[in-house]
Amino acid sequence: MLTAILVMVALAVVIGLVLGWSAIRFKVEGNPLAEKIDAILPQTQCGQCGFPGCRPYAEAIAKGEADINQCPPGGEDGVKKLAELLGVEPKPLDETHGTPKPKSVAVIDEQTCIGCTLCIQACPVDAIVGAAKQMHTIVADECTGCELCLPPCPVDCITMVPVAEDLPHWKWKHPVIMLKEVP
Amino acid sequence: MSRTLHTFKGGVHPPEHKSESNSRPIHAAPVPRELVIPMRQHMGSPAKPVVGVGERVLKGQLIGEADGYISSAVHASSSGIVRAIGLAAVPHVSGLPDECITIETDGLDEWIDHAPLDYRAMEPSDLRMRLRDMGLAGLGGAVFPSAVKLDPGARHHCPTLIINGGECEPWITCDDVLMRHHAGDILQGVAVMRHLLGSTEILIGIEDNKPEAIAAMQAAATMMDFAVEVVTLPTIYPAGGAKQMIEMLTGKQVPSGKLSTDIGIQVFNVGTAHALARAVHHGEPLISRLVTVTGHVLRPQNFDVLIGTPMQVLIDLAGDRDGSTGVLMGGPMMGMPMPHTIPHGLQPVADRSPLVGDLGVPVVKATNCILVQSKELFPPLPKALPCIRCIRCADACPAELQPQELFRFAKAGDFGRAQEYHLFDCIECGCCSYVCPSHIPLVDFYRYAKSEIWTREKEKRAADLARERHEFRQFRLEREKKEKAEKLAAKAQAKRAELAATPADERAAPTDADAKKALIAAALARAQAKKAEAAPKNIEHLAPDTQREINEIEARRAKIREMARQPLEPEEKT
Repeated sequence: MLTAILVMVALAVVIGLVLGWSAIRFKVEGNPLAEKIDAILPQTQCGQCGFPGCRPYAEAIAKGEADINQCPPGGEDGVKKLAELLGVEPKPLDETHGTPKPKSVAVIDEQTCIGCTLCIQACPVDAIVGAAKQMHTIVADECTGCELCLPPCPVDCITMVPVAEDLPHWKWKHPVIMLKEVP
Repeated sequence: MSRTLHTFKGGVHPPEHKSESNSRPIHAAPVPRELVIPMRQHMGSPAKPVVGVGERVLKGQLIGEADGYISSAVHASSSGIVRAIGLAAVPHVSGLPDECITIETDGLDEWIDHAPLDYRAMEPSDLRMRLRDMGLAGLGGAVFPSAVKLDPGARHHCPTLIINGGECEPWITCDDVLMRHHAGDILQGVAVMRHLLGSTEILIGIEDNKPEAIAAMQAAATMMDFAVEVVTLPTIYPAGGAKQMIEMLTGKQVPSGKLSTDIGIQVFNVGTAHALARAVHHGEPLISRLVTVTGHVLRPQNFDVLIGTPMQVLIDLAGDRDGSTGVLMGGPMMGMPMPHTIPHGLQPVADRSPLVGDLGVPVVKATNCILVQSKELFPPLPKALPCIRCIRCADACPAELQPQELFRFAKAGDFGRAQEYHLFDCIECGCCSYVCPSHIPLVDFYRYAKSEIWTREKEKRAADLARERHEFRQFRLEREKKEKAEKLAAKAQAKRAELAATPADERAAPTDADAKKALIAAALARAQAKKAEAAPKNIEHLAPDTQREINEIEARRAKIREMARQPLEPEEKT
C-alpha cells in the first residue's frame, strides 16, 4: 500500500517537473491564433474596429472579446476569411464601425499646409514626411488610407483620393459569358 | 544531318493562313506625321523619359533610359520635335492610357551619330549594358529585356542556344519573311549571342510550312564559322512556344517554376537576333521591326515599321476595307483585341472612345502582327455552353495541365486550388479554347485568375509593409518615452550631484524636498543679486518733488509686499 502511494507520488513529482520544465522551455511567445487573425486583417491600422490598431483587434478576437465583423477595410471578404479560420458562421459587416470604401490615399494640399506636425503624430505607419513649420507630404506607397490624419489637421488640407486604375494596377475582369439568350 | 525530333503533348493545327501575306516583299512603311512611343514596351520597369517637351530629337536618340536591371531603353524612331510627354493610348487590351513620348516628325529622318560595336573586345557585362541602353528586347511576343537573357549567370555558359523561327501562330509571317530576306543578319546576331552565352550547340527551329525560310537559313548557315543546325519541325501549334520548342528539339522539359537556363538552354526569337545584329554591327538601337498586316485588308503584307507608328497608318497602307469588326495585335490564338475594337465575349473595360476602326494606338516592340477581323474571317463565337467535362482541352494542352479543373477553380474564385493545379505553367496559348465544344473562353478565365492572384499578393505585401511600419512606430514611441524619462532622471541626478559638491553643505542627508528648496533659494538669491546690480541709473539728480513721489511709491510697494508675504508665512511653516 505504502509503496504504491510512494510510487504514485514519485511519478507525480517526476511528471510535474517534466511538465513544468517544458512549459518554460517550449513557451510560445505571443498568441498563435492572434497571429493568424492578424495576418488576415488588412493592416490599415485605422482603428475603426474600436481598437488601437489591427494587432489589438486580432488579440481581442482571439480572446473572444470582439466580433469578427468590425473591420470595414477588410470588407465582407475579410469577415468570410476570419469566419473560416475560427470555424464560425460569417455575418454581415457591423455598420456601426463604418462601411467599406474604395482604396484611397491621403493627399496634402501643400499650398494650405501650415506645418503643424499634427498629422505626422497621428499617422500610424509613419507615412507622412515633414517638420515643424515645414511643408508636409505623404508617401503614397506607404499610406494605408486609414483617414486618421484627417481630424487633427487644423486647416483641413488633407483629402482622401481614391486610387485610380492605371495600367500597372489593371487586372483582368471575370469573363462575362452568355449561357442563354433571354428573349 | 538529321536529328531525332521529340514531340510535346497536345497542340492543335488551326488553318494556317500564311500565304496571304508571305509572298509580298517587305515594304518600309513611311515615316508618319506623328510617332507615339510608349515608355512601357517591355517586361519590367518602364523607361524614364530623358528629353523635354519642345526638344529636337534625332533618329536613334535615347528618349527614355532603362530604369533598373530588368528594363530596357526607348529611342526616337525618327527625327523631329518632342510635342508631349504624358498619358496616351497604348496597345493594351484594357484601353487604359500609359506614359508616352509624342514626337512630331520633320520628315528628314536624320540619324544621330552611331557606330558599330567591337563586341569581341568588350567586357561581356559592358556589352550587355550597351544592349540594354540600345533598347534590345525579345521580339517574339513577351518583350523580355534581352540583356538579362544574355547573361549566362553563375553557370558562366549556356551550352545550348535555340533560335526560334517556329512562328506557329496562324496568319503571322513576319519571322518567315525576315528569315527569307535577312538570314545573314540573323546569323550575325546569333554569333553575338553565342559569344555572350558561350554556347556550343546552336539550333534553329523552323516549322516545315516555311520551306523558303529553311532554305535561306541553311544557305546562310554554311557561310558561318561555327556550326549551326537548322532543324525542320512539323507544323503544329504551339511549336513556337519556347518550352515546346525546347522539348521538340532536345527532348528535355523545363521543370515547373524553373527557367530554361536552369537546364542549360536559352531561346531567342529570330527577330531578336536580327535586331541584335543591327545593334552590334551598325550601332542602331531597336527603333523598327517587321509587322505583318493581314486579315481583312486589300493587300496583306509585311512592313518594316518604325516603333510608334499608329496602327491605322499600316492598315491604310495595306488597304483598309469596309466591314472590319475589330483588330487583334498578334495572331488569332494569343492576340489581344485592341481597345475600342473588343469583340463579343470579352468585356469592354473602359469606354474612352475614338471611333471603332480608327486605331490610334501605336506599334510597339511587341507588335508582330496587326490582324484585321471581319465577320467572314472571324465569325462571332456561338454562345458558350456549360462545361461537359469532355477533357478535350486536357488532350490539347501543351503544358500538360488540366484546363477543365483550372476553369472550375477560376470560375469559383478558388485561386489557391488553381495554383495547386499549376495555373502559372499555363502559357495562354489558347489551344483549350480552340478545341472546346462548349466555346468557353477558357484562357480569359486563366488570365483573370492569374491577375487576381497577383493582385492579392501585392495587397499582402502592402499589408506586411504596413504592419512592419506600424510595429516600428510603436517601438519608436516607446523608445522615445523611455529616452525622455532617462534624460530627465540624468539631469536631476546631475543637479543633485552639483549641489552635494558645494562646500556650504551643512545638511546631514539632504532629502529631495530639501534639495529642491535649496535650488529655489539659490535661484532667488541669484535673481536678487542681479536686481541689485542692475540699479536704476536715472535717480541720482532728481527734483525733491520727484524724489518724494518715488519714496511714496516705494513705501506702497513695500507695504504690498509685506501684505502679500503674510498669508503665505503660516503655510511655509506647515
